[in-house]
Order: sequence, then structure tokens, then C-alpha cells
Amino acid sequence: MPWLHRYIKLVVASTVLLIAAGGMVTSTGSGLAVPDWPNTYGWFMFSFPMEKWVGGIFYEHGHRLIASTVGFLTIILAVWVWRVEPRRWVRWLAVGALGAVVFQGLLGGLTVLLLLPAPVSIGHAGLAQLFFCLTLSLALFTSPRWLAAENPADDPMLRKLAAATTGLVYFQILLGATMRHTGAGMAIPDFPLAFGHVIPPVWSAAVAIHFAHRVFALIAAGAILATALHVHHHHRGRRELLRPAALLVLLVFVQITLGGLVVLTGLQPFLNTAHVVNGALVLGTSLVLALRSFRPLFERAPVRDARRAVSAASPLGARS
Amino acid sequence: MSRNQVRLLPAIALLTLGAACTGPAPEPAAAPPADAKRVDASTAGNVAGRVVLEGAVPANPAIPLTADPYCARMHPGGLAAETFVAANGGLENVFVYVKDGLGGYYFDVPTEPVKLDQVGCRYTPHVLGLRVKQPIAISNSDETLHTVHALAQVNPAFNLSQPMQKITNTKTFNAREVMVHFKCEVHNWMHAYVGVLDHPYFAVTRDGGKFELKGLPAGTYTVEAWHEKLGAQTQSVTLGEKESKEISFTFKAS
Repeated sequence: MPWLHRYIKLVVASTVLLIAAGGMVTSTGSGLAVPDWPNTYGWFMFSFPMEKWVGGIFYEHGHRLIASTVGFLTIILAVWVWRVEPRRWVRWLAVGALGAVVFQGLLGGLTVLLLLPAPVSIGHAGLAQLFFCLTLSLALFTSPRWLAAENPADDPMLRKLAAATTGLVYFQILLGATMRHTGAGMAIPDFPLAFGHVIPPVWSAAVAIHFAHRVFALIAAGAILATALHVHHHHRGRRELLRPAALLVLLVFVQITLGGLVVLTGLQPFLNTAHVVNGALVLGTSLVLALRSFRPLFERAPVRDARRAVSAASPLGARS
Repeated sequence: MSRNQVRLLPAIALLTLGAACTGPAPEPAAAPPADAKRVDASTAGNVAGRVVLEGAVPANPAIPLTADPYCARMHPGGLAAETFVAANGGLENVFVYVKDGLGGYYFDVPTEPVKLDQVGCRYTPHVLGLRVKQPIAISNSDETLHTVHALAQVNPAFNLSQPMQKITNTKTFNAREVMVHFKCEVHNWMHAYVGVLDHPYFAVTRDGGKFELKGLPAGTYTVEAWHEKLGAQTQSVTLGEKESKEISFTFKAS
């Protein structure tokens, strides 16, 4: 397996860890435990004494350190891709990932300095998922299977279904972020019913946001099932489509279960964070399936060049 | 632009952002107008009374102190929330103040700061009042770090960093606000409530729920009693010249 592809997979895994750390910050209410930025209580971030990582500082400062590490890994990724990758659009995608992670860091700092205004915090949560999608896409585009491109499935209906599903899942994640950052997580305190009814008998902005998240959960789950059934019926022999489709169904089942448990446990932080991370995995799996359905539309000849170039590239290799 | 100036740009940008985030600087107390209407102490009266808690005093939940070893060391016997402090049937930590009826009186603003300290990982006092534009000195007496997050709605909110013992920050509020909720973002059990008023007629109940509002001019007032959990109650009081009245508020425990 080419080193670059392995490295990008490491960045993807680090990003999942970063999303989990960010999820714990919000789930434990630790977003303001470190009031300053980019310093930590006046210390340079990397020299802040460990014995002072008490209370919510552990989560917030830990999140900042992991974020800095991911930022550093992304700089290496961008430079490496720029040097060895012959496909111009992939090179720019890597630059886009670097820009996204820099902007994400600034948004994180800004939301602390402005005392967590919901629009900035929601933007921070939404961009985290987009950055994850960017790194995941880069991992896919540099994978041996993508580069081989042997007889990819050409199914316009699957492309429509998978792209719409990915869009719906992302919208659902934004609704979830809105719910978390406006404090509407317990606006409907029971599950699966709402105040004992199918439709909430009382309404407020918080109830509306919470209920919208539940309704869109059903819509997104329906789209995922439709996509998975389509793959099952029309592409049963294609493991590259069948596996993400099956995984998607499993993940959405886990996601709805976690969502219910989050409410029933009164926003238990670890369950709440697991719901956030699993949501990212649903989005990522849906994206992989969608991109693979679009594989025939990507150019072929340059990809063959890319396969040769990426296969030849060592960690220190230069673009040939 | 010189190279040095270019190097300074990020720092300038951060400082600008920081200034924008901390809100406007406190305004100095304005000089009294020449025709300011002042209270005549020789004809003023008092309103005293008690806040009663009816029913069994609810138990304050125990606070898990595992998040910070220092706080755990300070309270080897454990720590409970301060929501319900009652003695002899009276409820303490209730903020009682004149909500309405004072008209256009002018009151000098004290320059002496009101003190809010953090001792043993809790705020001391838990409930307090101060005047608009009067300084509040917020100190950290603990050997651990705290943040002081004022979740003000009318005044600018702030979140101060107090990483070391003996740090004091002084702030002022430029508008009336009852109550400003203070919390520590490191130790999520630490809460304080600050009433900011444009007059001196406020008190926090102590000694079995007692309070006293001294030096009120004759008039009809709305007096409010505010408790962090049980909400607020108001009642109307009419005072004649040199008159003193007793009133009481009764909160139901459940």
C-alpha cells in the first residue's frame, strides 16, 4: 500500500479522534473552561502544566492539543500531496483541507473569545465534518482500488440516491449541532414519543429544533435504506458498493439507538459524544459510497499516471 | 509598511479582537446634576422583614469533587450545593430589593469595591448586590485555577481567567440587572448571583431569613424577593415619612 495513502488514513483516524474530543468538550459543558486563546491561562499552549488539567480544562485543553496535532499532520499531508500527486484537482483538494483546518482552528478560538455564540459554535461543528469529509475523500482518491478503476459501476440512479443521502445526512448533522449549541438537547425529554405524543403538544424554538432533528433522522434513515436496497438489488456482486451500503445501515441503526439513549440518560456525556462520532461515521460512509458511484465520471488516463506516481512515492519522494 | 510593522500585524489583530470581545470600558460615574433630587435622611423610613420557607427544607445535592484534587482536599467531608440555606424556618441567600417606585432620586455611587472571593472552590458570598458602576473585586484565594464567567444578559458578559492564587480582577456593570449569574467553567458546581441596582435599597437575607432596607423615602414601592431556585415574589409597601414597616415573604419548598 502506498505510504501516502497510509498516511492520509492516519490523518482521517486522527480527525475522528479530534471530533470525539470536540464532542466531549460540548457534552461536558467545558467550552469555556479555558477562557483565553490561543494561550491557555496565559501559558503557551504546549507548556501548560499537566497538574492544572482539572475539571473541564482536561477536555478543552486536550481538544486544543489534538486539534494542533491534526493541523500539523494536515500541513504535512498538503505538502506531501502537492509534491507527489500528479492530479491537479487532488493537489488543490489537499490545499483545501489545509485551509479548512486553519479556518476551523480560528473558528474554535473565536467561539471561545466570544463566549460560545451559537452560530459560531454550529459553524465550528459543521466545518469539522467537512474537514473530515475532505481527508476521507483524499484517502479514497489515493487508494489502490480507486486508482485501479477497473470497470467501476456506472449507475446514474445510484449516483442520485447516494449524493442525496450524503446531503441529507450532513443537513441532519447540522440540525444536531444546532440542537447541541442552543441547549435544546432535552427540550423533548422522552423518547421515542414527544411529551407522550407523536407530535409535541407544546412548542417553542427549542422544541422545534429538537423535533426537526428527530424528523430528519427518519428522513435520513429512509434515504440510507433506499440507497442500501438499491445497491443490494442492482450491485450485489460489487463489494466496493455493497460493503459501505451494509455498513451504512448498521451505523444508522446504532445512531438512532444512541440518539434515544442520549435523551433517556439526560445527555450522558459519553453517549452524547458517541452519537456525534457515529454521526460522522454515517456521513463518511455515505460519502465513500457516493464517491464510488461517481467513479466512472472521473478521468481515467491521468489516474493511471497517478497510480504509477503514488505507488512510486516514498515518504520522502518527490513528484515525478 | 516596514517589515517590523508587518510582523506586528497578527498581534495587533489579536489585541483588537480581544478588545472587541471584552466589551466597552467601564464608564466613570457621572457627576450629579445640579438639581439632583436626594433622599432626606431625616424623614426616611425602613422596611424590614423575613423570608420564610414553608415545608421541609429540600436537601442540597452532594457535589462530586473528583474533577479537582485541590477542591477534594479542601472538603474532606464532602461538599453540598448552597441552593437551600435555611435556619429557624427562614430562607437565607434571598436577594430582596426595591424593584419599582423610587422615581427620580439621585444616589451617589460608592467607590469602595464589593468583594467576591473564591475560597475552597466556592464563591463567597453566594448571593450579593452592588450598584451600577460600583466596582466589584473578584479574587481567587484558592491554590487552583478558576474562571469567572458572568452570564450577564443586559451588561456585557465576560469570562475571566484566574489561574493563580491571590489574583484579583475588578469589573463594573453599567446597567441595572437582577440577577447576573456567575459560574466557574472549570468547577461546574460553583455559582454566585449578583444583583446590580441603580439605588442602595437591597439586601441579602441572613440569620434565619432576615433583611432590612434602610433609609427609604416616603412612597409606595414594589419590593421583590428573589431566590435562585424558587423564583421571585413581589409585594407592594407604602411608607409614610419616618415610618418603618415589617413585611414577610413565604416561599413553598415544593
